[in-house]
Amino acid sequence: MSVEVKTEQPTVITQSISNPKESKLKDFLSILMINKAAMVGGIIILFYIFIALFAPLLAPYSPYDIHLENKLMPPSADHWLGTDDKGRDILSRILYGSRLSMGVGFAAVLFGAFFGIIFGLVAGYYGKWVDSIIMRMMDIMLAFPGILLALAIIAALGPSLINVTIAVGAFSVPLFARIVRGSTLEVKRLEYIDAIRSLGANDLTIIFKHIFPNILSPIIVQGTLRLATAILSAAGLSFLGLGAQPPSPEWGTMLSIGRDFLFSAPYVALFPGLAISILVLGFNIFGDGLRDAFDPRMKK
Amino acid sequence: MLMFILRRILQIVPVIIGVTFVVFFIMQLVPGDPAVLLAGEGASKEAIEAVREQLGLNQPLYIQYFEYLMNVFKGDLGVSLKNSQPVLDEILVRLPITIELAFFSIIITVVLGMTAGIISAVKPYSLTDVSVMLVALLGISLPSFWLGLMLMYFFSVKLQILPVAGWDSLLHVILPAVTLGAGGAAIVARMTRSSMLEVIRQDYIRTARAKGLREHIIIYKHALRNALIPVITVVGLQFGALLGGTVLVESIFAINGLGRMIVDAIRTRDLPMVQGGVLFASLIFVVVNLFVDVFYRIFNKRIELN
Amino acid sequence: MNEKNKPILEVKGLKTHFTTKRGVSKAVDGIDFTLHKGETLGIVGESGCGKSMTSLSILRLIPSPPGKIAGGSVLFKGKDLVTMPEGEMREIRGNEISMIFQEPMTSLNPVIPVGEQIAEAIRLHQKLGKKAAWEKSVEMLRLVGIPSPEKRAKQEPFQLSGGMRQRVMIAMALACTPEVLIADEPTTALDVTIQSQILELIKDLQTKIGMGVIMITHDLGVVAETCDKVAVMYAGNIVEYASTEQIFANPKHPYTQGLLDSLPKINEDVDELKTIEGSIPSPYNMPSGCRFASRCPYKEEMCTSHKPELIEQNDGVKVRCWKYTDEWTGTIKKEEVV
Repeated sequence: MSVEVKTEQPTVITQSISNPKESKLKDFLSILMINKAAMVGGIIILFYIFIALFAPLLAPYSPYDIHLENKLMPPSADHWLGTDDKGRDILSRILYGSRLSMGVGFAAVLFGAFFGIIFGLVAGYYGKWVDSIIMRMMDIMLAFPGILLALAIIAALGPSLINVTIAVGAFSVPLFARIVRGSTLEVKRLEYIDAIRSLGANDLTIIFKHIFPNILSPIIVQGTLRLATAILSAAGLSFLGLGAQPPSPEWGTMLSIGRDFLFSAPYVALFPGLAISILVLGFNIFGDGLRDAFDPRMKK
Repeated sequence: MLMFILRRILQIVPVIIGVTFVVFFIMQLVPGDPAVLLAGEGASKEAIEAVREQLGLNQPLYIQYFEYLMNVFKGDLGVSLKNSQPVLDEILVRLPITIELAFFSIIITVVLGMTAGIISAVKPYSLTDVSVMLVALLGISLPSFWLGLMLMYFFSVKLQILPVAGWDSLLHVILPAVTLGAGGAAIVARMTRSSMLEVIRQDYIRTARAKGLREHIIIYKHALRNALIPVITVVGLQFGALLGGTVLVESIFAINGLGRMIVDAIRTRDLPMVQGGVLFASLIFVVVNLFVDVFYRIFNKRIELN
Repeated sequence: MNEKNKPILEVKGLKTHFTTKRGVSKAVDGIDFTLHKGETLGIVGESGCGKSMTSLSILRLIPSPPGKIAGGSVLFKGKDLVTMPEGEMREIRGNEISMIFQEPMTSLNPVIPVGEQIAEAIRLHQKLGKKAAWEKSVEMLRLVGIPSPEKRAKQEPFQLSGGMRQRVMIAMALACTPEVLIADEPTTALDVTIQSQILELIKDLQTKIGMGVIMITHDLGVVAETCDKVAVMYAGNIVEYASTEQIFANPKHPYTQGLLDSLPKINEDVDELKTIEGSIPSPYNMPSGCRFASRCPYKEEMCTSHKPELIEQNDGVKVRCWKYTDEWTGTIKKEEVV
């Protein structure tokens, strides 16, 4: 027994030293546990992810099969959320639609984050004219009000869900770039970065091994809050008929069908909108909670 | 101060040129030959060549861009592919409607948002505060196009006290303006609250208390003025989201403004119209931001130097 | 100036506690002192000893929540400020008792002209009209030695230097001729030359108005220059309470001795200033015995187990230390300590 303990102890210690990522993840999780709001938001998001993964098992009907004899039925025991103008079960469509709406949101934010992080790191790390050029470019992208840049991109590429993803993603590139640049500038000033450089580390190593891991928390917070906006924007574009096309069960598209029947069958518009609202609410609560948790002023 | 304004005006020139650049090049992404598109379906080879010649599409790209830029500065945004009318004429017809909508929306954003934020901050963590902040959280989470539909259903279909759509009277303005302003109001409310709470912790608020001032004088005279300064910037940024939002709200309420014009133009692939509309909206946003910056600077100078 | 008549401010057993997630912090834990008309009382101690919280508690300005006055009384001309209704308290703040804060840079409202910041207190407490209050405000600025006060009154704080802002703070505090002035580190944030000007100014105005002054400071130099009596605070308690002469000539409490030892002396050539080893105990977890015991060179067993009381000695000095009691069992004799 005692021999075992002796041999185990050193390995435990070296592990905790050599693997800072694990302890960081632990810190992160413990922060989340303390912040109840973030937990609630997280649970909402997990619930939606669960739905998206298991939509075929959960959905009582096919989202596409047309039953004109059942069209525009109000919510009932057979169709919990009613049926749309083609007799399709709204609940099933919403469950399947979670894959599209969330998928577009995640893809757009990943796309925007990828380019935004690279631009921000390069601008912040190299500074001088590189910084000026990149950040002026970002300023120009931010000069387009709201979703108008996305609209212009879709106008050129044509309406489709993929193009909506690109357009919405492009629109968050400058936001990520700004935040990453700011954090990079802060980290760059730290002494240990100079120390590493004097040891002969090259720029790529410094940027990706030493700066990037240190600026993850603002990126995560921004990413979560951007997801909320991205899902809203993408649904809005589909609502305008510029994204997913019928009969796709994308929530924005469903809403635009609902608009045509607002007077006679308001539930067709009600439920897809509720689905979007609750998901976006989840991301917003989660993002707010994360921001509080990461904010050193709140840590006391 | 004058120097600052001049410098700031000079700074927006490259931004404006950049915006024209982006708008111009995005349209180069259009798949296919623009001359074919512009000449219309089934046009003869000669007709396509004529269009190409006439619009200078056989020129190198940078010359095309330069000419586009020159035309923009001359106020020539091209002609609509649908009715061959100058794009600028159409924009100038639509613009006042959108400006009107934006004006009422921003008033809702500012007045509603700040009032809610102050109410919340006066008694932090009270029931009122928690409820107001919950509503604000909902406000930033509800899709405006859904909120618009629900408001329309409730007030126009159920209660029948407000018109369904259109843009004829002040009554027509209410629902679209609320729909468009709600999200911004929620953001402004959150910002005002946190800014107020920050200010209330400041030393000069303690000084005001030590003078024996009443709580409402401390809040409205000493705290509010300082707290609203950072909110100005948020309102400016919100104006951009609001301009973008007109696209959705004008479509829902069938308002013939700039936003709806852009959406319709995208649907009919009327690219010069899209180009002109986006460019114009961006220019407005850039100019509004200039004003916000100057405004912020005037208020913030004393604090920065403090 | 030093003649004693009726006390104007009597603090008895004052306790201010802060309740946070980490527990209850007893920032002020039973404080007694008395201030007479025209007298200057110094409250001295390291940062975190509770001296600022004491001063804020007198005017009931502690941030609440988390802070709360947990016990004791503050008698101002016989009336208890602790239990007084908020409305009456407001009439005393800035009027009969006023306060100068440590940070002149942040203690003035950045968006309101300084003249107005003074005038609003005058309008409030002296029921003067707008114009008369403004004139009085300009008069006060002149009194505290601000050149061209008419012009300065219209300016905002960012246009004034730190020393000028502290003068404005003083003008504001004295505008209603208070009977008690609480000066919380009034010179700490200022340059040395301006420091002595400000102290001179306060002393000067004190003679004119005849008010009592509570001087909160960590700087024994300031005490020597301005105070008649001194209360030395440590970890929420007063550990020694005596006249300024007695404190400097014959400090009794080991902490006071340590404080004086850490002062640079003009007639001695020392390479190194002595410092007191260790740090203040956590306010969340106060030791049950003497709070200074962990840092005290004379510590005995009884010191860590039992808390000493503040006891008046034959010479009138009050000290909170077992060494000056009959129960003292330490090897060092009472006389040797002194």
